[in-house]
Amino acid sequence: MKTLYLSAALGLLTTAAAAQDRQLQLYNWGDYTSPEMIEKFEGETGIDVTITDYDSNDTALAKVQAGGHGFDLVVPSANYVQIWVEQGLLQELDHARLTNIGNIAPEWVDVAWDPGRRYTIPWQWGSTGVSVNTSVYSGDINTSNIFLDPPPELHGKINVVPEMNDIISLTIMNVGGEPCTEDLEVLRQVRDKLMNAKQYWLSMDYDSEAKLSANDIMAAATWNGPSMRARLNNPPVQFGYPKEGYPLWMDSVALLADAQNVDEAYEFLDFIMAPENAAMISNYARYGNGIAGSEEFMDAEMRTAPEIAIPEEHRAAGVFLPSCPASAVNIYSQIWTELQS
Amino acid sequence: MTSGAAEAAGLRRRTRAGWLLSTPALVLLAAGAAGPLLVVLVFSFLSQGEYGGVSLPFSGEAWFRIFLQRDIFDGTVSAADAHLAIFWRSVWISLATTLITFAMGLPTAWFIATRPPGQRSLWLFLITIPFWTNLLIRTFAIMEVIRNEGLLNTALLSLGVIDQPIQILFTDWATLIGTTYVYLPLMVLPLYAAIDRFDMRLLEAGYDLYASRWSVLRRVILPLVRPGIVAGCILVFIPSLGAYVTPRILGGGKNMMIGNFIELQFGQARNWPLGAALSMALMVVVMAALLVYVRVSAREGRDD
Amino acid sequence: MTEIRVAAAPDAPPLAATRTAPPFSVTRMPGFGLVAVASFAVLYLPIITLVIFSFNASTSMSSWGGLSLDWYRAAWRNEVVQEATVRSLILATSAAVISTTVATLAALGTTRQGRFPGRTAIYAMVNQPLMVPEIVTAVSLLIVFGFVRSLTGYQGLGYLILAHSAFCVPFAYLPIRARLEGMDRTLELAAADLYASPVQAFRRITLPLLAPGIMAGAMLAFVVSLDDVVITEFVKSAGQDTLATYMLGQFRRTLTPEVNAISTALLGFTLVLLTGFFLITRKRARDPR
Repeated sequence: MKTLYLSAALGLLTTAAAAQDRQLQLYNWGDYTSPEMIEKFEGETGIDVTITDYDSNDTALAKVQAGGHGFDLVVPSANYVQIWVEQGLLQELDHARLTNIGNIAPEWVDVAWDPGRRYTIPWQWGSTGVSVNTSVYSGDINTSNIFLDPPPELHGKINVVPEMNDIISLTIMNVGGEPCTEDLEVLRQVRDKLMNAKQYWLSMDYDSEAKLSANDIMAAATWNGPSMRARLNNPPVQFGYPKEGYPLWMDSVALLADAQNVDEAYEFLDFIMAPENAAMISNYARYGNGIAGSEEFMDAEMRTAPEIAIPEEHRAAGVFLPSCPASAVNIYSQIWTELQS
Repeated sequence: MTSGAAEAAGLRRRTRAGWLLSTPALVLLAAGAAGPLLVVLVFSFLSQGEYGGVSLPFSGEAWFRIFLQRDIFDGTVSAADAHLAIFWRSVWISLATTLITFAMGLPTAWFIATRPPGQRSLWLFLITIPFWTNLLIRTFAIMEVIRNEGLLNTALLSLGVIDQPIQILFTDWATLIGTTYVYLPLMVLPLYAAIDRFDMRLLEAGYDLYASRWSVLRRVILPLVRPGIVAGCILVFIPSLGAYVTPRILGGGKNMMIGNFIELQFGQARNWPLGAALSMALMVVVMAALLVYVRVSAREGRDD
Repeated sequence: MTEIRVAAAPDAPPLAATRTAPPFSVTRMPGFGLVAVASFAVLYLPIITLVIFSFNASTSMSSWGGLSLDWYRAAWRNEVVQEATVRSLILATSAAVISTTVATLAALGTTRQGRFPGRTAIYAMVNQPLMVPEIVTAVSLLIVFGFVRSLTGYQGLGYLILAHSAFCVPFAYLPIRARLEGMDRTLELAAADLYASPVQAFRRITLPLLAPGIMAGAMLAFVVSLDDVVITEFVKSAGQDTLATYMLGQFRRTLTPEVNAISTALLGFTLVLLTGFFLITRKRARDPR
């Protein structure tokens, strides 16, 4: 890190880090990587890790597709992994070089987007559901009607995360359809439902946590992580898993086809599959990680959190969203545009 | 300079000097802005890639979709109302931003330009210092001021002006407050540059002729600082059309502006050709408006 | 933030005293001072809340949890943020210098030569970066620079400097042009009559007259570059996060007062620099020549 700092300050035009050092270029979501975990990895291996942030799957994909990016590892979401593989942007992992590969929890090995984990290693996973301040509304919170057909107590006090894919999918499942559906009858209901619900929303913003904590809003359609952090500040905030169906997501680490530092990347992948290291990531980013045995290294408040460990009765309704074809996305984005115009 | 030949030679010399002096800027822009933009022009005539990006064959679909939409449900073709609504919101917010920043910016620039010479650059710095903090942080700080329990509402409540907090945050008004804040220096600085070269003796002449302050402002000051007004209006109006962060955070993200809409096409909606066509259309409209505006204001300015 | 004391009459150097002499001041416009004070207040009000919340003990940006320096400690330990801040400042300075230089030349070229064929075209071209939302410039640069990257293997800061410099040109150009337009040419012509070379005339006459415009343009270019996030996000190479893209990365999470602490530290640093600069120039101005 220090070398980069100096070279940036002195020689403007020099390429990133000193070449003789062993280094690793991680391209990850912003504020998602535990600095303590990186420090530990650097201390153990002597590899200099540089993290570069992105803020959306689309940005990351476009950037790597454009070529000449210089990254080694990237962390795409489940519904994007197939796109990365199809475009030939990832290289297949040599499991023989990953001694900790057996640590992946059984339910996270044969996942739909990467059967047998040929390309990706789990990073963090979570769910998109609803968050409700139960001191204001005490009815059933395990339903997407919290934001699609809200009870009067919540009118005008709802924030909806501006993720087209998550919100459209929640609505499709609410009216009884399948994610990625192109059934126009279903989609008409989706549009009407959303257009009608919008009047009850206060905002469509990413930051549900601060607003729930400060009682600026009383409900939100959001991820489990912000909801848990809001509960720690404001106990009545509970996370609901919509019984009509709700999206599950997992971001996984993948090795880029044109990675420069392949050996270092393998060391890193192996490192993050050790339970104590995976727990460091979770303790920082506040999501589950998919590595068996990491729970015992997690902070106490996370081990028991109903937002992280999905209660048994709600598991069945969770769905990993596939990546929808362009024909479906086009209809969704028209509905989305109409919603925000 | 009576003979036509001398005049032609003068024009040739001036043309050469004009182009020569502009060359470094043109080269820089060709490499770092306008040149690469040709890529986007080409994109607007291609088809949508399955997962973002573009693919063959060539197609006019994107341009068609700017203005007309095929109803998803019954297939009928109609004017793209949603696009129009987004466009109008952007235009009125940008116009209002321009007017407000001008109303605030002219006195501020005047104030700075009438400080003693040694102090002026200090005051200029003071205008820009708030902008050394990051845009996102600044936007969140504005949010703290205008939210329901924020400074503004608390002050109004305790003064008894209102008896319950006004919901400003997450409305178009909040967006307007945000854009006004962000673009104020873009108005003040060019105005200052124009006022500062202003010969104050002209004011004396005006007052000697018993003109009121208002007519001095209108008849003497405004015409002479016109280049600064033109520059300030361009720098505020055009960029605020494409504002992205402010409507997203302060406006609550429920209502898009053009910038958000184009961003959506290159992001979640994965429709690059539509995003490309939209931005090219926007550029043509804005460029045409700009040239007309500059022409007209130059003509008006000449009768001084 | 004591610098908002605008109402107090500053100890004016004698030169300007003639201008602002009471009782009748030609430069006084009724209400202008009030609006100017209001403008400064509006600009600094959010900044003051930002500074206050940087000392907040709680993790929230909106509820006060007592006084603490924890966020400053956190920011001080956060090497990533420090690197990003240094990178932002380097980038903004380079972009401001480059764009202001070329913009000054272009402004001279398009205002001092009268009308000539292509003048409008140059004007349109120089202002083009304003006309499209940033995301569009960003995408086109991503494609073109991606191609150059794979061709040359060069990964340095040059791409960002080029992109920022180009993007900042109109912001520097317009204030300079506003200054030049209608500026009195008598002095320059007089200099030419006295056999000054064009370079001498430029250095001794035009440049000093132009200085406030250049100053305004450079300042705008600087803050525009500091703020730029979308183009930077698409153009940056590995390990080239700026403060702005770092903040964008945090956008989906909750911002903690740590970002306020960073901003406040940066503001403090600016104020120290500014005060020093001001004191030096004042001292020099008072020295007899």
